Amino acid sequence: MEERDRLLRALRQIDRRRFLRVSSAAAGAVLAKGLVAPHSFQLVEVASAAVDKSWAQTGAQGKPPFTFAYISDTHLYTKKLNERFVRGALKAVEDVNALDPQPDFVLFGGDLAQLGRADEMRLGAEILKEVKAPVKMMVGEHDWFLDMGEMWQQLFGPPSYSFDWKGVHVVTLMSVNEKDFWTARHMSPDERMHTVAGLDNGVQSRFEVGDAGREWLKNDLGKISTDTPILIFSHSPLYKYYRPWNFWTEDADEVQQILQPYKTVTVIHGHTHQMLSNRIGNISFHGMLSTAWPWPYAPEGLPKLTIQMDRADPFDQFDACGNGRFNVAEGGLIDAVYNLWDRNPVTITYRYLASSGAEDRPSAPKLLSY
Amino acid sequence: MTMRRGFLLISIGTLLGAAIYLPLRLQAASSQLASHSLPPAEAGGVVVGLCDGETSIEVPWLKPGQRMTREQARAVSNALMAKWRQRHSNAEWQTAQAQTSQPGATQPAAQQGQAGATAPAAAIQGGVYERLTPREQKIADLETTKFIEEGKEIFHNPEKLGGTIGVSCDMCHPDGANTHPETYPKFQTQLQRVALLRDMINWCIENPVKGKPLGPDDPRLRALDAYIIAQRNGTALAYGKH
Repeated sequence: MEERDRLLRALRQIDRRRFLRVSSAAAGAVLAKGLVAPHSFQLVEVASAAVDKSWAQTGAQGKPPFTFAYISDTHLYTKKLNERFVRGALKAVEDVNALDPQPDFVLFGGDLAQLGRADEMRLGAEILKEVKAPVKMMVGEHDWFLDMGEMWQQLFGPPSYSFDWKGVHVVTLMSVNEKDFWTARHMSPDERMHTVAGLDNGVQSRFEVGDAGREWLKNDLGKISTDTPILIFSHSPLYKYYRPWNFWTEDADEVQQILQPYKTVTVIHGHTHQMLSNRIGNISFHGMLSTAWPWPYAPEGLPKLTIQMDRADPFDQFDACGNGRFNVAEGGLIDAVYNLWDRNPVTITYRYLASSGAEDRPSAPKLLSY
Repeated sequence: MTMRRGFLLISIGTLLGAAIYLPLRLQAASSQLASHSLPPAEAGGVVVGLCDGETSIEVPWLKPGQRMTREQARAVSNALMAKWRQRHSNAEWQTAQAQTSQPGATQPAAQQGQAGATAPAAAIQGGVYERLTPREQKIADLETTKFIEEGKEIFHNPEKLGGTIGVSCDMCHPDGANTHPETYPKFQTQLQRVALLRDMINWCIENPVKGKPLGPDDPRLRALDAYIIAQRNGTALAYGKH
């Protein structure tokens, strides 16, 4: 009790940076004494390694399940300008490297750079090089619209590609194309990039896969049977959530049409910086967390299956940010595990989405968006 | 010779003085509101202008600087009104009256008699906001919108916020979302005080935006305040809510 009082007194006089040190010291003190103080510092129980290992053991139909992790939306400025976002990215790399067992690969979900600059992208590449597992890159609009993807493709290859992994057909789809809004306005590349970087200015065009992209997708999927589970990595959500913030894919209906014949489809997308879940027909959608900052939920259009994450605490730079992983079962049924920093993890299972929220419902947050 | 030189100096001085004084005078005149430019007096008297900015009459017996008695002044204003009525119908005068009358002022009996018809009972009470003309209301709205737009610009711009790491408010708060201005004042444990919206704005500027907190009279803080509040127009006040 005395230690707790001393701690609370010290808390009144400190700033945020020292708070983090104090809290970890306190957590350490609590651990050392074998005490659990239910009303002060809760020690979070992360999903145990035992659960992860079970995924490696069940291997029905010769197609073993697997896990992959993600790091997304790092939005890096150059190191000299902004350390805050660098810290977030490094924290995600640490988390992913600490996973046991290690994921088969790590998806980078897009928006590596903030303003599409080469030095930002190189910084991101440097940080991601520390990831132990192989990294699959996906492009976001912040990476693309300074030089229309020149630097990105030089560093990381084509923006759309596909591969097969343990019975699942995986497609990374470039879905942040935009119709030309800059030429008529005589915008410089910098102005174009700054326009795209702003979420709410309404000047940029809405995201789309585009005619060429959809053709490519159709051809790519044409080679596989409709029974093959499909995993789509996309930066924009591939459905229509909130148009003013470009939480939106303009040709989502056409893309969903192309995906419709396939029995099991999962779309994993970035851009929205929040816990987001949806199901449309045969397709499950999972949004990824950002390492840089959280977006609030849009005033309308939120899919009703989404379990909201508690509102972000502005006093904690990592709150409502994080990374996560996906556990892929046989048949390509996917559970999404959100590793929310400074909070308990949340799992959105395949069963939850497929049952329209009737089963496996995670607990609702106390503070809903308003 | 000396007289000539003296005359030269005086004239140069006058010219210089005029060169300095006149532009200032013109500038002052142009920055004022539109004024009634009266025609010059032709009969050696004083030209008196009506508040409509157009009508005027010359009072021939009035010398510049001479004060009139109350009766003389009334006669002059009656003559002015008569001239105005020559050009405008009775109906127009009543509208102007409604726009410019002072609350509680009595209509001069003479004017009412001259009109030939009694002014109707005032259609309004005459409080200050009732008397705003459509033009004034429009100006007020435009000014408010402009101020809110200034706030919006600052909200979206790391440099204008004084930020040093490229972070601006719209990153976490697109369209001012999740700012909840209607929930202030509220006790904020992390600030160890009851916070107002501007306390939170300044905390954010200091921390995630990494700038210097803005002083209470800083036009930027006031504009940000305005923008954030404007985004929640119509939302019920709920102070204390977290």
